[in-house]
Amino acid sequence: MARVLSAETLDAIAGARARYPSAQSALLPALHAAQAQAGYLPEPVLADVADALGVPVTEVAAVATFYSMFHTAPVGRHVVRVCTNLSCHLNGADGVMDRLCRQLGIRPGQTTPDGRVSLEVAECLAACEEAPVLLADADRVARVTPDAADELVRRLRADA
Amino acid sequence: MPTPERIVSKHLGPERAAIDAYLSTGGYRAAARALKELTPDQIIEMVEQAGLRGRGGAGFPTARKWKLTPKREGETRYLVVNADEGEPGTFKDRTLIEGDPHAILEGSLITAYTNGVHHAYIYLRGEFFLGYERLSRALAEAYARGYFGTNILGTGFDLELTIHRGAGAYICGEETALLESLEGRRAFPRAKPPYYPAVRGLYDRPTVLNNAETMAHIPYIVGMGPEAYKAAGPPILYSVSGHVVRPGVKELPIGTSLREIIYEHAGGLRPGRTLKAVYPGGSSSAILLPEHLDTPADFDSLAKIGTMLGSSAIIVMDDTTNIPAVIARAVDFYRDESCGKCTPCREGTVWLSQIFARILGGHGRMEDLDLLDGISRNMTGTCFCLLGESVPPSLRASLKYFRDEYVRLIEAGSRRAEAEPAARSAHGAGARS
Ligand SMILES: Cc1cc2nc3c(=O)[nH]c(=O)nc-3n(C[C@H](O)[C@H](O)[C@H](O)COP(=O)(O)O)c2cc1C
Ligand code: SF4
Ligand code: FES
Repeated sequence: MARVLSAETLDAIAGARARYPSAQSALLPALHAAQAQAGYLPEPVLADVADALGVPVTEVAAVATFYSMFHTAPVGRHVVRVCTNLSCHLNGADGVMDRLCRQLGIRPGQTTPDGRVSLEVAECLAACEEAPVLLADADRVARVTPDAADELVRRLRADA
Repeated sequence: MPTPERIVSKHLGPERAAIDAYLSTGGYRAAARALKELTPDQIIEMVEQAGLRGRGGAGFPTARKWKLTPKREGETRYLVVNADEGEPGTFKDRTLIEGDPHAILEGSLITAYTNGVHHAYIYLRGEFFLGYERLSRALAEAYARGYFGTNILGTGFDLELTIHRGAGAYICGEETALLESLEGRRAFPRAKPPYYPAVRGLYDRPTVLNNAETMAHIPYIVGMGPEAYKAAGPPILYSVSGHVVRPGVKELPIGTSLREIIYEHAGGLRPGRTLKAVYPGGSSSAILLPEHLDTPADFDSLAKIGTMLGSSAIIVMDDTTNIPAVIARAVDFYRDESCGKCTPCREGTVWLSQIFARILGGHGRMEDLDLLDGISRNMTGTCFCLLGESVPPSLRASLKYFRDEYVRLIEAGSRRAEAEPAARSAHGAGARS
């Protein structure tokens, strides 16, 4: 019996499972689905995924911790990923990151105390023609300026 | 210089995920012709004639790769499309995924038919949220119109295609690490030999593994014929970024000079600025100087001057650029993305990063320059995969071309330390923010 995952998430995992000849291949899609529901991947969620696919939970945990998009600790309701790689670096990404740190009162890799926003360094987002670039959750923001960063923080704070 | 007619990037747009938009410009006609009128051998011959070389970075001839894939009767084979684009400076695959996803799907369909494949996977970078939305929509519509699934276009050919999302790990772009990831494991590269994907790939089966842009060229080669395709270039997508006026994907004949790409097609540098250095093929390629600008941007010409075309990502740096800071950022990228499997890469990148932090923090020593060079040399040829091997080229080129900049940073740091001895303790070890 699943402890945390909903019937809907388990259905999604079963759907993914059917696309591969091996159950373990569905692990990444399953972890994506689980994280979409639970927000992050604590031990009980990993156990549910392990059960759903018949893969040892130690293996599920090893995979979950390898990939940077999977969070095994709680993250903010919003995740802001700022690219600071080469083309963005050349176009002022460090200034954007500094402004976000100041406005949010946190450092990259941290979450605001109210649990609203997590800030992360992103590697090249393959959108260098729009440098500097960030991802606010699933939305890519092009040619970010420090002022646009202020605006983003206001928007994320206002969102209930 | 007139911009030549674009082929692969002619129809980019948000509406292109809709199959009707794609069909209205002749989409899926090449696939229909391939499945109905051409034999696999004929298609391989066309791709060979076209001279197509893989666009994932290594430039391996695509037809040769397909021929190397054993076609034993009754044996399962797979097609895996590498859409994990992550080489810093590269954005042509993402541009196609978002702007013309059916071209990648149609190329995959033709490639699967050619290689007798009935199960294909597109490994899509996890951070490509918009790309996932568009590619998924495109695939759903293509299935609905009978371009995927069973008995495609009434030809009896079956193909299931699945989009597999990555989850944030640059190493998954490396083909054997990608296959580990697709099998649901941590992405540690496999040993080659014996694990060449063509012979022992996904689930140990023969696997055709090609880049997303490579796939997008296939419908045009089959549709136009190899002669017309070649006469039109042959085309290649350069990703141009950094300090240029008009960054973007530039589709040009392969071998266009760096000068023409930067100054004619990317609008040149910003007013009053001059060129300092350029990466010709992503962060893994050795940087070049203004004196190299007349080099044709193709595989052989760039290899001849000690660098590479790689993913054809041209990153332009003007005279305001702090070269050691750029190289340091690249080193930190490789440090963070190292999978940790082998020592030269895992430890070498950490050491290099620490030395850079010292130099940029004003605590560098002249001996550090020899240390940087020595560590780079020791990493060269000793890493288990090409991720680690990607670190030394630009680092060593920067030490050769811009040694004075490193020296100035180190000297300025020593002068500051002498002037205000307290600064040393106040700034700690000089860790980078
Ligand atoms: C560290 C590393 C990262 C790579 N990243 C990518 C990538 O993001 N996309 C890609 O197509 N190839 C990438 N490659 C190259 C692949 O290993 C492989 O050669 C390529 O996908 C084959 O396709 P092609 O023959 O069509 O070029 C990478 C290689 C290495 C060593
Ligand atoms: S070179 Fe780096 S990425 Fe490649 S196997 Fe070694 S540690 Fe992993
Ligand atoms: S360097 Fe930031 S998107 Fe490529």
